[in-house]
Amino acid sequence: MTGTLLAFVVRLATGVRMTHEAEDPSPRVYFSNHSSHLDALVIWAALPGDVRARTRPVAAAEYWTRGPLRRWLSGRVFHAVLIPRDPAHMKSADPLGSMLAALDAGSNLIVFPEGTRSETGEIGLFKPGLYHLAQRHPAVPLVPVYLENLNRILPKGEHLPVPLIGQAVFGAPLPQITEHEPKADFLKRARQAVIRLASGNLVPSHE
Amino acid sequence: MNDPGLLCLLGGVIALLTAATLVGALLTRKHGRTQTMVNLRQRVNAWWWMTGVLCISLALGRSGLFGLWALLSFLALREFLTLSPLVKGDHRTLALVFFVILPVHWIFAWLPWYGMFLIWIPVYAFVIIPVRGALAGDTDRFLERTARIQWGVLTCVYFLSYLPMLLYLPIPGYEGQNAKLLCFVVLVTQLSDVFQYIFGKLFGKHPIAPKVSPSKTREGFLFGGTAAVALGTGLWWATPFTPGQAALMSALLVVAGFLGGLVMSAVKRSLGAKDWGRGIPGHGGVLDRLDSLLFSVPLFFHATGFAFGTRLAVSLELPEWIRQWLTPWQW
Repeated sequence: MTGTLLAFVVRLATGVRMTHEAEDPSPRVYFSNHSSHLDALVIWAALPGDVRARTRPVAAAEYWTRGPLRRWLSGRVFHAVLIPRDPAHMKSADPLGSMLAALDAGSNLIVFPEGTRSETGEIGLFKPGLYHLAQRHPAVPLVPVYLENLNRILPKGEHLPVPLIGQAVFGAPLPQITEHEPKADFLKRARQAVIRLASGNLVPSHE
Repeated sequence: MNDPGLLCLLGGVIALLTAATLVGALLTRKHGRTQTMVNLRQRVNAWWWMTGVLCISLALGRSGLFGLWALLSFLALREFLTLSPLVKGDHRTLALVFFVILPVHWIFAWLPWYGMFLIWIPVYAFVIIPVRGALAGDTDRFLERTARIQWGVLTCVYFLSYLPMLLYLPIPGYEGQNAKLLCFVVLVTQLSDVFQYIFGKLFGKHPIAPKVSPSKTREGFLFGGTAAVALGTGLWWATPFTPGQAALMSALLVVAGFLGGLVMSAVKRSLGAKDWGRGIPGHGGVLDRLDSLLFSVPLFFHATGFAFGTRLAVSLELPEWIRQWLTPWQW
């Protein structure tokens, strides 16, 4: 209920909507560029209701466990898979394990392979997490998503979103990882898949 | 809403749309589902929606009408600012524009506090916007960025808000009937667009400003504009005007509407876009539909006010009920 309402508000406020719908019901991983705290929320809100209910964003534990509101949102509304950002905790927490467990339980994941928010809206290099995920679960479709204009709606360091128009462009799933595909090659083509969706179809490119 | 003249106007629009829907269906049967036919049907359907929303807001009375136009001005401004290349330094300014300047303006309009309605944006907002931008500290293309935001607020919010303000225009002998005047403006301006589009498609040869808007032709403007003036003249019974005055006021709406559309096209091209958005299927964005109202509405308001209105200056003062509310605090 809260989720449906929140999704409605987010869609209304940011004008975000899904432009390509993926129909396959099997668990999948949405991976996207990252420029705003709203990103996970926006992808999640753009999905159709039944898909949304079993889609869990992967988020930084340090941020999402601070304060009762964030804890409630991440725990009860988004059912986020929380991953510690601090590398000291990485080993003990087994981030890959918790993501795989979520996939095995039939959930979809939303991941941001850049690992951190971009300041300018440009898409940074991908961290290897996505590669490990693909290696362990080669059959799970990896769906590229390009989020347009979110860095202007709520840039890094700001707290109040402005109601400009944003958009989530969903692409076709990435071709499956091959057995001996080098990590760098895979991450490069995953990043290219997101960039390809960024053809400036909402905001014309300037200069 | 219980004005028979108003019901006649709205009934006429509905009859017109029914006819357009039927013609569209017949043409589709004859020519098949071509691109043009699909676009035509989308446009007619969108007109149904827009008419429906206008009718509902009229039925809800003054607040419904102001609510609708406040929402439309918000949607238009958001399209305008989404297309404008603004930077991170503008974020707080934009928050101020969306969350303070726009709602405050519409509150002044709705109250109505005519004096503040007049100057809130041209004076106060135009001071606040560059100040906030300067405080943000980004000097790169400062004037350009500030001017963009100011222009968006001026056109999408200030100019557009003159339309519901027509409700408050005191015209002797026409009291309580101003909703019809509002419908007259919307009808003549929008149908002028439609007529110019149709006549342009049929006879258009010489574009007026090919670089700005290749679809605006001399033939389309002349024939379409004449048709719209004829229509406006025929609607004189719904206005405080005589048929001759109605023709003149319609001509004002047609010319100003055309120029407004032309200027907004130029702005749109300079921003590198073809449409303002994709909110209305077949039409583009909200601003693509409202662009012709932007210039015609304030001009129409003041022309009507000067020629027919009285006592406008009285409402420059604080509304009486606010004054009474403030008295206990000895303001």
